[in-house]
Amino acid sequence: MEQLNSWFTALLSGNAIFTANTLGFYWNGLVTTIQLVFLSLLIGVILAVPLAIGRGSKRRWIKLPIYAYTYVFRGTPLLIQLYLVYYGVVFFDGIQDSIFWVVFKQAFFPALIAFTLNTAAYTTEIFHGAIKNTAKGEIEAARAYGMSRRLMMRRIILPSAFRRALPAYGNEVIFMLHASAVASVVTIMDLTGAAYYVYARFYAPFQAFIFVALIYLCLTFGIMFVFRKLEKRLLAHLRPRGA
Amino acid sequence: MIDLQGYGPRLLDGALVTFELAVLSLILAVILGLLTASAKLSRNRFVHGIGTLYTTLIRGVPDLVLMMLLFYGGQIGINMLTDQLYYAFDIDIFINVNAFVAGVITIGLIFGAYMGETFRGAFQAVEEGQMEAARAYGMSGWLAFRRVRFPLMMRHALPGIGNNWMVLLKTTALVSIIGLTDMVRVAAEATKATHEPFLFMLPVAVIYLLIATLSEWGFARLTKRYNVGFGESSEWNN
Repeated sequence: MEQLNSWFTALLSGNAIFTANTLGFYWNGLVTTIQLVFLSLLIGVILAVPLAIGRGSKRRWIKLPIYAYTYVFRGTPLLIQLYLVYYGVVFFDGIQDSIFWVVFKQAFFPALIAFTLNTAAYTTEIFHGAIKNTAKGEIEAARAYGMSRRLMMRRIILPSAFRRALPAYGNEVIFMLHASAVASVVTIMDLTGAAYYVYARFYAPFQAFIFVALIYLCLTFGIMFVFRKLEKRLLAHLRPRGA
Repeated sequence: MIDLQGYGPRLLDGALVTFELAVLSLILAVILGLLTASAKLSRNRFVHGIGTLYTTLIRGVPDLVLMMLLFYGGQIGINMLTDQLYYAFDIDIFINVNAFVAGVITIGLIFGAYMGETFRGAFQAVEEGQMEAARAYGMSGWLAFRRVRFPLMMRHALPGIGNNWMVLLKTTALVSIIGLTDMVRVAAEATKATHEPFLFMLPVAVIYLLIATLSEWGFARLTKRYNVGFGESSEWNN
Protein backbone atom coordinates (compact mmCIF):
# COMPACT_ATOMS: atom_id res chain seq x y z
CA MET A 1 0.00 0.00 0.00
CA GLU A 2 2.80 2.35 1.00
CA GLN A 3 4.61 1.54 -2.21
CA LEU A 4 1.47 2.05 -4.27
CA ASN A 5 0.91 5.40 -2.61
CA SER A 6 4.39 6.68 -3.35
CA TRP A 7 4.17 5.40 -6.92
CA PHE A 8 0.89 7.24 -7.28
CA THR A 9 2.29 10.49 -5.90
CA ALA A 10 5.27 10.24 -8.22
CA LEU A 11 2.93 9.73 -11.14
CA LEU A 12 0.85 12.75 -10.24
CA SER A 13 3.71 15.11 -9.40
CA GLY A 14 4.34 17.57 -12.17
CA ASN A 15 0.82 17.11 -13.48
CA ALA A 16 -1.14 20.29 -12.96
CA ILE A 17 -4.57 18.95 -13.91
CA PHE A 18 -4.80 15.39 -12.65
CA THR A 19 -4.03 16.07 -9.01
CA ALA A 20 -5.38 13.90 -6.21
CA ASN A 21 -8.07 16.53 -5.79
CA THR A 22 -9.47 16.33 -9.33
CA LEU A 23 -9.16 12.54 -9.36
CA GLY A 24 -11.31 12.61 -6.24
CA PHE A 25 -13.89 14.59 -8.18
CA TYR A 26 -13.89 11.98 -10.93
CA TRP A 27 -14.19 9.20 -8.35
CA ASN A 28 -17.20 10.83 -6.68
CA GLY A 29 -18.68 11.38 -10.12
CA LEU A 30 -18.20 7.70 -10.95
CA VAL A 31 -19.95 6.68 -7.74
CA THR A 32 -22.87 9.05 -8.42
CA THR A 33 -23.25 7.86 -12.02
CA ILE A 34 -23.24 4.20 -11.02
CA GLN A 35 -25.73 4.78 -8.19
CA LEU A 36 -28.05 6.71 -10.45
CA VAL A 37 -27.90 4.24 -13.33
CA PHE A 38 -28.08 1.12 -11.17
CA LEU A 39 -31.02 2.31 -9.08
CA SER A 40 -33.03 3.56 -12.06
CA LEU A 41 -32.42 0.32 -13.98
CA LEU A 42 -33.40 -1.77 -10.97
CA ILE A 43 -36.66 0.09 -10.28
CA GLY A 44 -37.25 0.31 -14.05
CA VAL A 45 -37.16 -3.49 -14.44
CA ILE A 46 -39.47 -3.99 -11.47
CA LEU A 47 -41.98 -1.58 -13.04
CA ALA A 48 -41.52 -2.96 -16.55
CA VAL A 49 -42.49 -6.58 -15.86
CA PRO A 50 -46.15 -5.93 -14.90
CA LEU A 51 -46.36 -3.17 -17.50
CA ALA A 52 -45.13 -5.50 -20.25
CA ILE A 53 -47.69 -8.14 -19.25
CA GLY A 54 -50.42 -5.47 -19.25
CA ARG A 55 -49.20 -4.14 -22.58
CA GLY A 56 -50.06 -7.49 -24.14
CA SER A 57 -53.46 -7.68 -22.47
CA LYS A 58 -56.61 -8.07 -24.55
CA ARG A 59 -58.43 -5.46 -22.49
CA ARG A 60 -58.11 -2.05 -24.11
CA TRP A 61 -58.36 -0.04 -20.89
CA ILE A 62 -55.21 -1.81 -19.65
CA LYS A 63 -53.35 -1.95 -22.95
CA LEU A 64 -53.89 1.58 -24.24
CA PRO A 65 -52.73 3.65 -21.24
CA ILE A 66 -49.52 1.58 -21.06
CA TYR A 67 -48.94 2.04 -24.77
CA ALA A 68 -49.52 5.81 -24.41
CA TYR A 69 -46.99 5.91 -21.55
CA THR A 70 -44.26 4.08 -23.48
CA TYR A 71 -44.99 6.08 -26.64
CA VAL A 72 -44.61 9.43 -24.89
CA PHE A 73 -41.53 8.49 -22.89
CA ARG A 74 -39.79 6.89 -25.86
CA GLY A 75 -40.75 9.68 -28.23
CA THR A 76 -39.43 12.64 -26.24
CA PRO A 77 -35.87 13.44 -25.16
CA LEU A 78 -34.79 12.37 -21.68
CA LEU A 79 -33.58 15.93 -21.11
CA ILE A 80 -37.17 17.22 -21.38
CA GLN A 81 -38.39 14.55 -18.98
CA LEU A 82 -35.61 15.48 -16.56
CA TYR A 83 -36.49 19.19 -16.71
CA LEU A 84 -40.18 18.41 -16.22
CA VAL A 85 -39.56 16.36 -13.07
CA TYR A 86 -36.80 18.61 -11.74
CA TYR A 87 -38.69 21.88 -12.12
CA GLY A 88 -42.15 20.33 -11.80
CA VAL A 89 -41.76 18.50 -8.51
CA VAL A 90 -42.42 21.67 -6.46
CA PHE A 91 -45.89 21.88 -7.98
CA PHE A 92 -47.11 18.90 -5.98
CA ASP A 93 -49.16 20.51 -3.26
CA GLY A 94 -47.53 20.46 0.12
CA ILE A 95 -44.41 18.60 -0.93
CA GLN A 96 -42.25 21.40 0.41
CA ASP A 97 -43.83 21.02 3.85
CA SER A 98 -43.70 17.23 3.90
CA ILE A 99 -40.90 15.07 5.19
CA PHE A 100 -40.08 14.08 1.62
CA TRP A 101 -38.76 17.54 0.83
CA VAL A 102 -35.43 16.64 2.44
CA VAL A 103 -34.82 14.16 -0.37
CA PHE A 104 -36.61 16.00 -3.16
CA LYS A 105 -34.78 19.27 -2.81
CA GLN A 106 -31.60 17.52 -3.89
CA ALA A 107 -31.35 17.03 -7.62
CA PHE A 108 -30.56 13.31 -7.24
CA PHE A 109 -34.13 12.19 -6.64
CA PRO A 110 -35.89 14.09 -9.41
CA ALA A 111 -33.19 12.74 -11.74
CA LEU A 112 -33.72 9.22 -10.41
CA ILE A 113 -37.48 9.51 -11.05
CA ALA A 114 -37.00 10.81 -14.60
CA PHE A 115 -34.43 8.12 -15.46
CA THR A 116 -36.57 5.38 -13.93
CA LEU A 117 -39.69 6.39 -15.87
CA ASN A 118 -37.62 6.60 -19.06
CA THR A 119 -35.91 3.22 -18.75
CA ALA A 120 -39.14 1.56 -17.58
CA ALA A 121 -40.80 2.68 -20.84
CA TYR A 122 -38.05 1.22 -23.03
CA THR A 123 -37.79 -1.95 -20.95
CA THR A 124 -41.57 -2.46 -21.13
CA GLU A 125 -41.39 -2.46 -24.92
CA ILE A 126 -38.39 -4.82 -24.92
CA PHE A 127 -40.14 -7.31 -22.60
CA HIS A 128 -43.42 -6.95 -24.47
CA GLY A 129 -41.68 -7.82 -27.74
CA ALA A 130 -40.03 -10.84 -26.13
CA ILE A 131 -43.30 -12.06 -24.58
CA LYS A 132 -45.09 -11.68 -27.90
CA ASN A 133 -42.44 -13.80 -29.61
CA THR A 134 -42.87 -16.78 -27.33
CA ALA A 135 -43.02 -19.92 -29.46
CA LYS A 136 -46.62 -21.09 -29.93
CA GLY A 137 -45.66 -24.67 -29.15
CA GLU A 138 -44.46 -23.70 -25.66
CA ILE A 139 -47.82 -22.11 -24.88
CA GLU A 140 -49.76 -25.02 -26.33
CA ALA A 141 -47.72 -27.46 -24.27
CA ALA A 142 -48.33 -25.42 -21.12
CA ARG A 143 -52.06 -25.39 -21.85
CA ALA A 144 -52.06 -29.11 -22.45
CA TYR A 145 -50.62 -29.52 -18.97
CA GLY A 146 -53.66 -27.65 -17.69
CA MET A 147 -51.71 -24.61 -16.47
CA SER A 148 -53.69 -21.51 -15.60
CA ARG A 149 -52.73 -18.26 -17.37
CA ARG A 150 -51.01 -17.04 -14.25
CA LEU A 151 -48.94 -20.18 -13.80
CA MET A 152 -48.11 -20.30 -17.50
CA MET A 153 -46.89 -16.71 -17.39
CA ARG A 154 -44.73 -17.38 -14.36
CA ARG A 155 -43.29 -20.75 -15.30
CA ILE A 156 -43.17 -20.73 -19.10
CA ILE A 157 -43.57 -17.36 -20.80
CA LEU A 158 -41.59 -15.02 -18.54
CA PRO A 159 -38.48 -17.18 -18.07
CA SER A 160 -38.09 -17.74 -21.79
CA ALA A 161 -38.99 -14.11 -22.63
CA PHE A 162 -36.38 -12.74 -20.22
CA ARG A 163 -33.73 -14.83 -21.90
CA ARG A 164 -34.69 -13.64 -25.34
CA ALA A 165 -34.83 -10.04 -24.13
CA LEU A 166 -31.27 -10.21 -22.81
CA PRO A 167 -29.36 -8.81 -25.84
CA ALA A 168 -31.79 -5.90 -26.26
CA TYR A 169 -31.75 -5.24 -22.53
CA GLY A 170 -27.96 -5.13 -22.57
CA ASN A 171 -28.19 -2.33 -25.13
CA GLU A 172 -30.69 -0.54 -22.93
CA VAL A 173 -28.27 -0.69 -19.97
CA ILE A 174 -25.51 0.87 -22.07
CA PHE A 175 -27.97 3.42 -23.43
CA MET A 176 -28.98 4.37 -19.88
CA LEU A 177 -25.34 4.72 -18.79
CA HIS A 178 -24.74 7.12 -21.66
CA ALA A 179 -28.03 8.96 -21.21
CA SER A 180 -27.26 9.53 -17.54
CA ALA A 181 -24.70 12.15 -18.62
CA VAL A 182 -27.54 14.70 -18.82
CA ALA A 183 -27.83 14.52 -15.03
CA SER A 184 -24.95 17.00 -14.91
CA VAL A 185 -27.31 19.63 -16.34
CA VAL A 186 -29.40 19.76 -13.16
CA THR A 187 -26.38 20.37 -10.89
CA ILE A 188 -25.64 16.69 -10.21
CA MET A 189 -21.90 16.00 -9.96
CA ASP A 190 -21.88 12.79 -11.96
CA LEU A 191 -18.96 11.72 -14.18
CA THR A 192 -19.79 14.27 -16.87
CA GLY A 193 -20.39 16.94 -14.23
CA ALA A 194 -16.94 16.24 -12.78
CA ALA A 195 -15.38 16.45 -16.25
CA TYR A 196 -17.11 19.76 -16.89
CA TYR A 197 -15.87 21.09 -13.57
CA VAL A 198 -12.29 20.10 -14.40
CA TYR A 199 -12.63 21.66 -17.85
CA ALA A 200 -13.97 24.93 -16.44
CA ARG A 201 -11.39 25.05 -13.63
CA PHE A 202 -8.31 24.46 -15.81
CA TYR A 203 -9.68 25.33 -19.26
CA ALA A 204 -8.39 21.98 -20.45
CA PRO A 205 -11.15 20.41 -22.57
CA PHE A 206 -9.04 17.64 -24.10
CA GLN A 207 -7.68 16.25 -20.84
CA ALA A 208 -10.96 16.65 -18.94
CA PHE A 209 -13.28 15.10 -21.52
CA ILE A 210 -10.98 12.46 -23.01
CA PHE A 211 -10.27 11.15 -19.53
CA VAL A 212 -13.96 10.86 -18.73
CA ALA A 213 -14.64 9.36 -22.17
CA LEU A 214 -12.13 6.61 -21.36
CA ILE A 215 -13.91 5.90 -18.06
CA TYR A 216 -17.26 5.61 -19.86
CA LEU A 217 -15.62 3.38 -22.47
CA CYS A 218 -14.34 1.03 -19.77
CA LEU A 219 -17.79 0.92 -18.13
CA THR A 220 -19.41 0.21 -21.52
CA PHE A 221 -17.00 -2.63 -22.24
CA GLY A 222 -17.57 -3.99 -18.75
CA ILE A 223 -21.34 -4.08 -19.27
CA MET A 224 -20.93 -5.64 -22.71
CA PHE A 225 -18.65 -8.32 -21.25
CA VAL A 226 -21.11 -9.19 -18.48
CA PHE A 227 -24.04 -9.44 -20.87
CA ARG A 228 -22.10 -11.52 -23.35
CA LYS A 229 -21.23 -13.95 -20.54
CA LEU A 230 -24.87 -14.04 -19.42
CA GLU A 231 -26.09 -14.62 -22.97
CA LYS A 232 -23.61 -17.41 -23.47
CA ARG A 233 -24.89 -19.06 -20.34
CA LEU A 234 -28.63 -18.48 -20.62
CA LEU A 235 -29.01 -18.77 -24.38
CA ALA A 236 -26.79 -21.82 -24.73
CA HIS A 237 -29.74 -23.90 -25.94
CA LEU A 238 -30.25 -21.61 -28.93
CA ARG A 239 -26.73 -21.86 -30.30
CA PRO A 240 -25.81 -24.39 -32.95
CA ARG A 241 -23.95 -27.31 -31.42
CA GLY A 242 -20.20 -26.94 -31.75
CA ALA A 243 -18.11 -29.59 -33.43
CA MET B 1 -55.48 29.12 -26.20
CA ILE B 2 -52.34 28.67 -24.12
CA ASP B 3 -50.62 31.89 -23.12
CA LEU B 4 -46.93 31.39 -23.79
CA GLN B 5 -46.09 34.75 -22.16
CA GLY B 6 -44.40 36.09 -25.27
CA TYR B 7 -42.12 33.08 -25.71
CA GLY B 8 -44.23 31.68 -28.56
CA PRO B 9 -42.26 33.05 -31.55
CA ARG B 10 -38.91 32.14 -29.96
CA LEU B 11 -40.18 28.64 -29.27
CA LEU B 12 -41.12 28.30 -32.95
CA ASP B 13 -37.69 29.57 -34.03
CA GLY B 14 -36.18 27.01 -31.69
CA ALA B 15 -38.31 24.26 -33.21
CA LEU B 16 -36.99 25.25 -36.63
CA VAL B 17 -33.39 25.07 -35.33
CA THR B 18 -34.09 21.60 -33.91
CA PHE B 19 -35.53 20.42 -37.21
CA GLU B 20 -32.74 21.88 -39.38
CA LEU B 21 -30.12 20.47 -37.05
CA ALA B 22 -31.71 17.03 -37.16
CA VAL B 23 -32.04 16.94 -40.96
CA LEU B 24 -28.50 18.23 -41.65
CA SER B 25 -27.01 15.81 -39.11
CA LEU B 26 -28.96 12.97 -40.69
CA ILE B 27 -27.50 13.77 -44.11
CA LEU B 28 -23.97 13.89 -42.67
CA ALA B 29 -24.61 10.69 -40.72
CA VAL B 30 -25.83 8.83 -43.82
CA ILE B 31 -22.74 9.89 -45.82
CA LEU B 32 -20.40 8.94 -42.97
CA GLY B 33 -22.34 5.72 -42.45
CA LEU B 34 -21.93 4.67 -46.09
CA LEU B 35 -18.21 5.45 -45.89
CA THR B 36 -17.87 3.53 -42.62
CA ALA B 37 -19.77 0.55 -43.98
CA SER B 38 -17.48 0.36 -47.01
CA ALA B 39 -14.46 0.72 -44.73
CA LYS B 40 -15.66 -2.11 -42.52
CA LEU B 41 -16.39 -4.32 -45.52
CA SER B 42 -13.01 -3.52 -47.07
CA ARG B 43 -10.42 -6.27 -47.39
CA ASN B 44 -7.69 -3.78 -46.53
CA ARG B 45 -6.91 -4.44 -42.85
CA PHE B 46 -5.85 -0.86 -42.13
CA VAL B 47 -9.08 0.63 -43.54
CA HIS B 48 -11.12 -2.03 -41.77
CA GLY B 49 -9.33 -1.21 -38.50
CA ILE B 50 -10.10 2.49 -38.79
CA GLY B 51 -13.78 1.76 -39.41
CA THR B 52 -13.96 -0.56 -36.40
CA LEU B 53 -12.10 1.89 -34.15
CA TYR B 54 -14.46 4.72 -35.13
CA THR B 55 -17.67 2.76 -34.48
CA THR B 56 -16.38 1.25 -31.23
CA LEU B 57 -15.13 4.52 -29.75
CA ILE B 58 -18.19 6.55 -30.69
CA ARG B 59 -20.66 3.96 -29.46
CA GLY B 60 -18.82 3.55 -26.15
CA VAL B 61 -18.92 7.19 -25.06
CA PRO B 62 -22.01 9.29 -24.15
CA ASP B 63 -23.22 11.73 -26.81
CA LEU B 64 -23.00 14.64 -24.39
CA VAL B 65 -19.34 13.98 -23.56
CA LEU B 66 -18.44 13.79 -27.27
CA MET B 67 -20.40 16.96 -27.89
CA MET B 68 -18.61 18.82 -25.10
CA LEU B 69 -15.23 17.50 -26.25
CA LEU B 70 -15.80 18.61 -29.84
CA PHE B 71 -17.42 21.91 -28.97
CA TYR B 72 -15.14 23.13 -26.16
CA GLY B 73 -12.08 21.34 -27.50
CA GLY B 74 -12.81 22.24 -31.11
CA GLN B 75 -12.29 25.94 -30.59
CA ILE B 76 -8.96 25.42 -28.83
CA GLY B 77 -7.87 22.90 -31.44
CA ILE B 78 -8.68 25.25 -34.30
CA ASN B 79 -6.97 28.14 -32.53
CA MET B 80 -3.83 26.04 -32.14
CA LEU B 81 -4.00 25.17 -35.83
CA THR B 82 -4.45 28.77 -36.97
CA ASP B 83 -1.64 29.85 -34.63
CA GLN B 84 0.66 27.34 -36.29
CA LEU B 85 -0.40 28.64 -39.69
CA TYR B 86 0.44 32.17 -38.56
CA TYR B 87 3.90 31.25 -37.26
CA ALA B 88 4.79 29.02 -40.18
CA PHE B 89 3.31 30.80 -43.18
CA ASP B 90 2.27 34.19 -41.81
CA ILE B 91 -1.35 33.47 -42.67
CA ASP B 92 -3.57 35.32 -40.24
CA ILE B 93 -7.04 33.85 -39.94
CA PHE B 94 -9.45 33.46 -37.08
CA ILE B 95 -12.13 30.81 -37.17
CA ASN B 96 -14.90 31.01 -34.61
CA VAL B 97 -16.57 27.68 -33.91
CA ASN B 98 -20.26 28.18 -34.52
CA ALA B 99 -22.48 26.23 -32.10
CA PHE B 100 -24.82 25.16 -34.91
CA VAL B 101 -22.00 23.82 -37.09
CA ALA B 102 -20.42 22.12 -34.08
CA GLY B 103 -23.79 20.55 -33.29
CA VAL B 104 -24.30 19.24 -36.82
CA ILE B 105 -20.76 17.84 -36.98
CA THR B 106 -20.98 16.18 -33.58
CA ILE B 107 -24.39 14.61 -34.10
CA GLY B 108 -23.45 13.59 -37.65
CA LEU B 109 -20.23 12.04 -36.36
CA ILE B 110 -22.02 10.13 -33.60
CA PHE B 111 -24.79 8.77 -35.80
CA GLY B 112 -22.41 8.06 -38.67
CA ALA B 113 -21.11 5.25 -36.45
CA TYR B 114 -24.59 3.84 -35.87
CA MET B 115 -25.51 4.23 -39.53
CA GLY B 116 -22.27 2.46 -40.45
CA GLU B 117 -23.40 -0.63 -38.54
CA THR B 118 -26.86 -0.46 -40.15
CA PHE B 119 -25.47 -0.15 -43.69
CA ARG B 120 -22.85 -2.84 -43.16
CA GLY B 121 -25.50 -5.35 -42.19
CA ALA B 122 -27.71 -4.26 -45.08
CA PHE B 123 -24.95 -4.55 -47.69
CA GLN B 124 -24.12 -8.01 -46.43
CA ALA B 125 -27.77 -9.02 -46.75
CA VAL B 126 -27.78 -8.37 -50.52
CA GLU B 127 -27.38 -11.62 -52.40
CA GLU B 128 -24.22 -11.84 -54.49
CA GLY B 129 -26.24 -13.42 -57.31
CA GLN B 130 -28.01 -10.09 -57.89
CA MET B 131 -24.69 -8.34 -58.51
CA GLU B 132 -23.49 -11.20 -60.70
CA ALA B 133 -26.65 -10.83 -62.76
CA ALA B 134 -26.05 -7.07 -63.05
CA ARG B 135 -22.52 -7.69 -64.24
CA ALA B 136 -23.78 -10.28 -66.70
CA TYR B 137 -26.00 -7.56 -68.16
CA GLY B 138 -22.84 -5.58 -68.80
CA MET B 139 -23.53 -2.87 -66.22
CA SER B 140 -20.51 -0.87 -65.13
CA GLY B 141 -19.52 -0.86 -61.45
CA TRP B 142 -21.22 2.44 -60.66
CA LEU B 143 -24.37 1.66 -62.61
CA ALA B 144 -24.68 -1.74 -60.93
CA PHE B 145 -24.26 -0.06 -57.53
CA ARG B 146 -26.86 2.59 -58.30
CA ARG B 147 -29.45 0.34 -59.93
CA VAL B 148 -28.99 -2.96 -58.11
CA ARG B 149 -26.91 -2.99 -54.94
CA PHE B 150 -28.10 0.30 -53.45
CA PRO B 151 -31.89 -0.20 -53.84
CA LEU B 152 -31.64 -3.79 -52.60
CA MET B 153 -29.52 -2.68 -49.67
CA MET B 154 -31.98 0.07 -48.74
CA ARG B 155 -34.71 -2.50 -48.21
CA HIS B 156 -32.68 -4.01 -45.38
CA ALA B 157 -31.31 -0.69 -44.10
CA LEU B 158 -34.57 1.28 -43.84
CA PRO B 159 -35.79 -0.07 -40.47
CA GLY B 160 -32.36 0.66 -38.96
CA ILE B 161 -32.21 4.14 -40.52
CA GLY B 162 -35.68 4.84 -39.12
CA ASN B 163 -34.60 3.83 -35.63
CA ASN B 164 -31.42 5.89 -35.85
CA TRP B 165 -33.39 8.90 -37.01
CA MET B 166 -35.72 8.67 -34.00
CA VAL B 167 -32.77 8.52 -31.60
CA LEU B 168 -30.98 11.30 -33.48
CA LEU B 169 -34.01 13.56 -33.23
CA LYS B 170 -34.02 13.20 -29.45
CA THR B 171 -30.26 13.65 -29.26
CA THR B 172 -30.58 17.12 -30.79
CA ALA B 173 -32.00 18.23 -27.41
CA LEU B 174 -28.45 18.00 -26.02
CA VAL B 175 -27.22 20.94 -28.10
CA SER B 176 -29.21 23.18 -25.75
CA ILE B 177 -26.59 22.31 -23.12
CA ILE B 178 -23.65 23.58 -25.17
CA GLY B 179 -25.44 26.86 -25.85
CA LEU B 180 -27.35 26.43 -29.08
CA THR B 181 -30.80 28.03 -29.00
CA ASP B 182 -32.99 25.11 -30.00
CA MET B 183 -36.50 24.72 -28.64
CA VAL B 184 -35.33 22.92 -25.50
CA ARG B 185 -33.09 25.82 -24.56
CA VAL B 186 -35.85 28.36 -25.14
CA ALA B 187 -38.17 26.27 -22.98
CA ALA B 188 -35.52 25.91 -20.26
CA GLU B 189 -34.86 29.66 -20.22
CA ALA B 190 -38.57 30.42 -20.14
CA THR B 191 -39.02 27.92 -17.29
CA LYS B 192 -36.27 29.53 -15.23
CA ALA B 193 -37.73 33.00 -15.81
CA THR B 194 -41.40 32.22 -15.18
CA HIS B 195 -41.30 29.07 -12.99
CA GLU B 196 -43.85 27.42 -15.28
CA PRO B 197 -42.16 24.18 -16.40
CA PHE B 198 -45.31 22.50 -17.70
CA LEU B 199 -46.35 25.47 -19.80
CA PHE B 200 -43.13 25.38 -21.86
CA MET B 201 -41.82 21.82 -21.62
CA LEU B 202 -45.08 20.11 -22.58
CA PRO B 203 -45.50 21.92 -25.94
CA VAL B 204 -41.87 21.08 -26.75
CA ALA B 205 -42.52 17.44 -25.90
CA VAL B 206 -45.59 17.52 -28.15
CA ILE B 207 -43.52 18.89 -31.07
CA TYR B 208 -41.00 16.06 -30.63
CA LEU B 209 -43.84 13.53 -30.62
CA LEU B 210 -45.34 15.15 -33.69
CA ILE B 211 -42.10 14.98 -35.68
CA ALA B 212 -41.57 11.39 -34.51
CA THR B 213 -45.09 10.35 -35.50
CA LEU B 214 -44.86 12.04 -38.89
CA SER B 215 -41.50 10.45 -39.67
CA GLU B 216 -42.80 7.04 -38.62
CA TRP B 217 -45.50 7.46 -41.25
CA GLY B 218 -42.93 8.62 -43.81
CA PHE B 219 -40.67 5.66 -43.14
CA ALA B 220 -43.60 3.28 -43.46
CA ARG B 221 -44.26 4.67 -46.95
CA LEU B 222 -40.58 4.45 -47.92
CA THR B 223 -40.40 0.86 -46.66
CA LYS B 224 -43.39 -0.01 -48.81
CA ARG B 225 -41.67 1.54 -51.82
CA TYR B 226 -38.40 -0.32 -51.35
CA ASN B 227 -40.29 -3.55 -50.68
CA VAL B 228 -41.95 -3.51 -54.08
CA GLY B 229 -41.46 -6.96 -55.55
CA PHE B 230 -40.83 -8.55 -52.15
CA GLY B 231 -44.29 -8.31 -50.61
CA GLU B 232 -46.45 -11.34 -50.00
CA SER B 233 -48.96 -10.26 -52.61
CA SER B 234 -46.32 -9.88 -55.28
CA GLU B 235 -46.82 -11.92 -58.41
CA TRP B 236 -43.18 -13.02 -58.29
CA ASN B 237 -43.68 -14.88 -55.07
CA ASN B 238 -46.44 -17.17 -56.23
